[in-house]
Amino acid sequence: MPKQDEALFQFLLRMGDNTLVLGHRVSEWCGHSPVLEEDIALANTALDLIGQTQFWLGLAGEVEGKERSADDLAFLRDVWDFRSILLVELPNGDFGQTLMRQFLFDAWQSIMLGRLMSSSEKRIADIAEKASKEVAYHVERSAGTVVGLGDGTEESHQRMQAALEYLWPYVGEMFMSDEIDAEMVKRGIAPDPTSLREEYDALVGRVLREATLTIPDDPFAHKGGKTGKQHSEHLGHILTQMQWLQRAYPGANW
Amino acid sequence: MATTRLSRRKLVAVMRPSPDQIRDWLDAVPDPEIPVISVVDLGIVRAIHWEDDTLNIAITPTYSGCPATSVIAMDIEMALHAKGLNKIVLKQQISPAWSTDWLSEKGRAALENYGIAPPQAAGGPERCPNCKGTNLEKVSQFGSTPCKALWRCTECLEPFDYFKCI
Repeated sequence: MPKQDEALFQFLLRMGDNTLVLGHRVSEWCGHSPVLEEDIALANTALDLIGQTQFWLGLAGEVEGKERSADDLAFLRDVWDFRSILLVELPNGDFGQTLMRQFLFDAWQSIMLGRLMSSSEKRIADIAEKASKEVAYHVERSAGTVVGLGDGTEESHQRMQAALEYLWPYVGEMFMSDEIDAEMVKRGIAPDPTSLREEYDALVGRVLREATLTIPDDPFAHKGGKTGKQHSEHLGHILTQMQWLQRAYPGANW
Repeated sequence: MATTRLSRRKLVAVMRPSPDQIRDWLDAVPDPEIPVISVVDLGIVRAIHWEDDTLNIAITPTYSGCPATSVIAMDIEMALHAKGLNKIVLKQQISPAWSTDWLSEKGRAALENYGIAPPQAAGGPERCPNCKGTNLEKVSQFGSTPCKALWRCTECLEPFDYFKCI
């Protein structure tokens, strides 16, 4: 693959692996949520994310040109080939932690998709246009829930503050740039991740203030997922669940 | 008589049902989740055209992960097979992204009649589809399918689905 296409392929894996891994994580709640309405909401969010994955990984397979489908990429790669950020791999924790993670991701995704709608690569702009409509709903709900629980009872506030403290060190990875991002910027395909930070901080800051939560004052950020250099231990466990059917019965279909 | 014999190409053209005719047929294919509206009412059939003897139909998904999308594609193919059409290519088209603005007036009325409040630009239902009351509250942003949210009427106290506006 020419170097330029390799960069585009990697970029698409990053987009698709984020939605795939988070979609799978969120789907783990199906049948376990505190109330029925939330169960349905989580399942719907997971469904949207997995649907978006089909577009991103489908296009990644097309760009790669080795006739790998979205399903092949999702179910037949191992940990070291995944390009998802560490944030989406983290365990669900309690309901509050799941919704805090969702909000921290939704806020980034809504800004990112907004920028990608003017991508020079039409197929990416098309996916962004489609997905952004769904993500507008996701971020509205997750932000609302973060405010409801953060500014809720003493117990819920405490749990949300603990979730924020646990998750915050994983936020920075979304804004780290490397040579793949530079190539995307050069070709007008995607924005420089660092350029999203200001808008993100404004949005997240506003919601967390309303939720009476305090953002940790420590710039440390875990990294390694987006580049694939070092995933957390959790990704392997996710894949054993997500991929077992294709591993046990290769090519199984319905 | 040789003078009235049609060339194969012309013959094919004469035998092909028009896109309008096909649209009419598809208007009888129900949405698998909300059977009172058709796939045409839903606004997901974006283009119908012939390429020689192959019928091309472009369909747009409502939501990226909506599991009904593949069922709809199968239902469309089956309906057209029943009309004697066999060479059909269904293409998924994601841009322009599906919008509830594409719901037909007939479809909107059928939704309300069925107990689902049709989408409103204001972002919430206009009235209760059951008692027509206007004192409403949102129960959940998501409902029984990706395209719906759950609301409740505080007058008749009935919960109902609202078709989200996107």
